[in-house]
Amino acid sequence: MKNRTIKVDYLARVEGEGALLIKTKSGQVSDVKLRIFEPPRFFEAFLRGRKYSEAPDITARICGICSVAYQMSSVHAMENAFGITVNGQLRELRRLLYCGEWIESHALHIYFLHAPDFLGYDDAIQLAKDYPNVVQKALQLKKAGNDIVALLGGREIHPINVKVGGFYRVPTRRELAPLAEKLKWARDAAVETVKFTAGLPFMEFEQDYEFIALRHTSEYPMNEGKLVSNRGLDIGIRDYEFYFEESHVQHSNALHSTMKQKGAYFVGPLARFNLNFDRLSEIAQSAAKDVGFVPEIRNPFKGIVVRAIEVVYACEEALRIVESYEEPTAAAVEVVPRAGFGFGCTEAPRGILYHRYRIGDDGLIKDAKIVPPTAQNLGTIENDLRGFVAANIDMPKDWLTLRCEQAVRNYDPCISCATHFLKLDIEGS
Amino acid sequence: MEEPAGKMTSERIRVRLVGVGNEYRGDDAAGLIVAREIRRRDIPGLEVWEAGGGTEITEQIDGAEAVIIVDAVVSGAEAGTLVRFDAAAGRLPGFFVNCSTHAISVADGVELARVLGKLPRRCIVYGIEGREFEPGLPLSGEVKRAAEEAAELIEREIRAMSAM
Repeated sequence: MKNRTIKVDYLARVEGEGALLIKTKSGQVSDVKLRIFEPPRFFEAFLRGRKYSEAPDITARICGICSVAYQMSSVHAMENAFGITVNGQLRELRRLLYCGEWIESHALHIYFLHAPDFLGYDDAIQLAKDYPNVVQKALQLKKAGNDIVALLGGREIHPINVKVGGFYRVPTRRELAPLAEKLKWARDAAVETVKFTAGLPFMEFEQDYEFIALRHTSEYPMNEGKLVSNRGLDIGIRDYEFYFEESHVQHSNALHSTMKQKGAYFVGPLARFNLNFDRLSEIAQSAAKDVGFVPEIRNPFKGIVVRAIEVVYACEEALRIVESYEEPTAAAVEVVPRAGFGFGCTEAPRGILYHRYRIGDDGLIKDAKIVPPTAQNLGTIENDLRGFVAANIDMPKDWLTLRCEQAVRNYDPCISCATHFLKLDIEGS
Repeated sequence: MEEPAGKMTSERIRVRLVGVGNEYRGDDAAGLIVAREIRRRDIPGLEVWEAGGGTEITEQIDGAEAVIIVDAVVSGAEAGTLVRFDAAAGRLPGFFVNCSTHAISVADGVELARVLGKLPRRCIVYGIEGREFEPGLPLSGEVKRAAEEAAELIEREIRAMSAM
């Protein structure tokens, strides 16, 4: 059997820059390297010496798609360090903001980045030529999320209204009210999206993953919870670094995160869904069941359907918060900084986002650690590619190359918000 | 996003300026710097918006009568080189694709608007050739000067457009 190399020099529709190289030798996969040219931890260094209060706005710049997630993990970590709890309507507003981000990020990925793969289009522009109404609806769905983020965050990207302790300004009931109609429409559009995505042609491919997600006592997880897995992990977030470690791999600037003594694991929508199905709302659960989606889903290509189910949930949850909103008496709780460590872990659209800070008694950040979801999925993406190429080794190279790109996009990787030159190579020795 | 308040005289065309970029990534901030400079000039009837990348472009140009977009580009030209395209006349060149910081580039965002019949009648895109895009770098000297020049050109174009 021939030796081959699958090589994609420019992997489009993935955030950030990187390249993929897969080598086969005598019909076996000999090497898989997802090279990420992510600028090494600039932001962690940049945070040192800055005021604790600057962390939400600085970390929001790490990603234009999931800036709310960065803000949420950072404010929770700071509040954890200072012994503050944010409850009531302020907590609800944070959840609403997060719903907005899930809606916009998932809608973008489902329709603009991932659906073209399934339907055989190069990109969303080509898709829009044949399905203008679908793309038009997708834009409107995404906009429902944008509208939440713009209203609560002060603007659509890199929101600036979030602070440690709460918000700079909270909306009035009257300001939030117009979101309700949009969210009802969006919820229905999301239910249609579940049907649309479930009708896509899926590759037969399953792997045996360790799924990891937050789990909350009563909610589908966003801001809070314990870290659990389908293989018995059950820890508080402050123990994260006892169980997980980051290592530098030679072929990539991005650090790979692994479970100590265990290896790769899976974070993101599929992990949340499999571990928290019982916490989804009734409508989201029935939308899932209607298309035959119940845990445990182990085909990563089906993540697109799970994202759609999460959009249903996020629209419904946002609607619940909007309709029951009472303006809080203060926009934020009082914050008195003190020296110590703070831990934050929230569910970004792509999976758990861990922040840990050390704060000095002057309120300045002495040390920061940020582990984004994509760094945690990199090992799993490589494992998927290894398994997928091995199972399809006889398929034509062009077909295999496209499917490998699709397999990377299953994870909606947000590699960095750098110039996006993601390159993919499949190479024979 | 709510539209900024401001009274318009009925004969003026309302122009929307969209600056694109990431201010923490060297020359990628060029589009934002230009937009902020023009915002300071307080041109009557002008809306100034900011975007992180092409992802938001399709939505941000929707419904506008006339749009000017400004973004950093990488085409291989000398840093600080200014280019101007009439997007209404045809597809934008690929180098917007390669320098985009986001999943959908400005060129793709504009193209998507065109396919969906949402491209404003007037849509001009300015590109400023960048040199360095590493996080944490300041704007390079060439791009800083080019941004000043671009602000002058764009202000003139906005005033001409809105008087049309």
